[in-house]
Amino acid sequence: MKVLVTVKEVARVADDFEIEGTEVGEQYREYDLNEWDDYAIEAAVQLAEAGEDVEVVTATIGPERSEETIRMALAKGADRAIRVWDDALEDVETLDVGAKAEILAGVVEAEEPDLVLSGVQAEDDAFGGTGVALAERVGYGWAAVVNDLDLEPGGDVASVRRELEGGVEELTDVELPAVLTIQTGINEPRYASLRGIRQAQSKELDVQTLADLGIDAAAADSRIDVTEMFVPETESDAELFEGDAGESAAKLAGVLRDKGVSAE
Amino acid sequence: MSDVLAVAEHRRGDLRDVSLELLTAGRELADQTGGDLHAAVIGGAVDEFAEKLDREGVDRVLAVDEGEEFNHDVSLQSVEQLAAAVDPAVVLTPNSVNGLDYAPALAESLDLPYVSDAVELSIDGDELTAEREMYGSKVATTCSVDASDGVVATIRSGEWPTAEGTGDAEIESFDVEIDDSRVFSSVRGFEEVGGGDVDISEADVLVSVGRGIEEEENIDLIRDLADALDATLSASRPIVDNGWLPKNRQVGQSGKVVTPDVYIAIGISGAVQHVAGMKGSDTIVAINTDPNAPIFDIADYGIVDDLFDVVPALIEEFEG
Repeated sequence: MKVLVTVKEVARVADDFEIEGTEVGEQYREYDLNEWDDYAIEAAVQLAEAGEDVEVVTATIGPERSEETIRMALAKGADRAIRVWDDALEDVETLDVGAKAEILAGVVEAEEPDLVLSGVQAEDDAFGGTGVALAERVGYGWAAVVNDLDLEPGGDVASVRRELEGGVEELTDVELPAVLTIQTGINEPRYASLRGIRQAQSKELDVQTLADLGIDAAAADSRIDVTEMFVPETESDAELFEGDAGESAAKLAGVLRDKGVSAE
Repeated sequence: MSDVLAVAEHRRGDLRDVSLELLTAGRELADQTGGDLHAAVIGGAVDEFAEKLDREGVDRVLAVDEGEEFNHDVSLQSVEQLAAAVDPAVVLTPNSVNGLDYAPALAESLDLPYVSDAVELSIDGDELTAEREMYGSKVATTCSVDASDGVVATIRSGEWPTAEGTGDAEIESFDVEIDDSRVFSSVRGFEEVGGGDVDISEADVLVSVGRGIEEEENIDLIRDLADALDATLSASRPIVDNGWLPKNRQVGQSGKVVTPDVYIAIGISGAVQHVAGMKGSDTIVAINTDPNAPIFDIADYGIVDDLFDVVPALIEEFEG
């Protein structure tokens, strides 16, 4: 059985930052593994640990810098990695969902995985669409926002729970091959061990261009442009208590008592 | 191609509120394109839902009698056929868990651009403009989307008012043909999560803890505060994801909706998914080191300081 995990390197923005044009200034961005994808990697590695002959492959669209993040996924137990990059992608600010799905479909067609795991969304652009769009593109089944996965390695149906709003879960069976988008909380992602980090250095990290995957360079043409970026207007009319912690706590305690809050 | 198709959502017998917000967003866009607003509902008590969707500004309601509950394979094929019949400039769905489960596939299948989680939308000719947020709501962006062939867009709940009044829409049933070879999934049922020892939605005072608590053992400090205030302990999603508190303590879109007299948010930044679950609280207090945290936008009272200094002082105030 082969499990493909889509892994994205995302930018995190510092508490204090400046916007330059339609981007957050590079010096205010830190790059890391997308939180949702961390849970997807863990779900894949757990499948590999539960069965024999399960291969976990990661796929990333990203520049050379993202190899640090990819090595992290390898250190956590993925067997090998594919990184897709191309000159045509170099200057693209926002790769839309359709473009990502088209590029990842090239990887799926080359690898023919039984299962694709993808984070529900990326922390940075938060489109939340790539996994489901990919499934449709390659003709796989899918389930979005999965917070529990029951799949026998070698089985042909994934029994999942989908986390709906308001504390309700939907129980769904999905035929394989399928794409599942993984919600945080489905498992406890492991830390990469030192041994894992050492081993990751020798694992295969294959770099592919769009042409290598048989994808036209036009795939990089996003149909969405970010035309403006700004800090959302704060609407705060909160009364802020000033002073040191003791002073502000005392003022807050006064308000709370007025509201009827008290020890029994 | 100037019409708008808004696809409503229901669950377990109830039309979801976001469906009526969708109608408002749809009407605004249809006014800009000069087209009609078509509302569609798929499955369940379609006739009853269709009546409810007949609000002011809705020109036509299409009822697709397929299945009882949401199945994304059925929804996808139904909306494909609805879109072929209506030829809309924009297809709108909620950015809900079920919206996330088929709208991207719809865009892919119709070969249209997909823009999700919009908080504002407008359309001018071949260009749809969407405002949305990035980096955990730290920044907002305006996106320009090529709408020359149409667009699939999803809207964030709570951003548009619900459509009111009674309309005079034509209500029609719309037959679809479902190709079973494209149905890969089946829904086996639903389960409520939570339960357990306490129902946080019943509490008068909630002390709620978020990511700012840093370590599991520090939860004890917040538990001490809850004890001192005779309050109930709740949490934001990351705390529950980490397994530090059980799921029945989770406040938010995917947890419980709470409306206590007093809600004290400690080390919670106030992501939109959290706010959805607690904004109805009478009095909201926020304690956070980041003065720009969105929780302060909805707080009535706040302290911008380190929770590890403020919380012990607050415990002292009440136990002292």
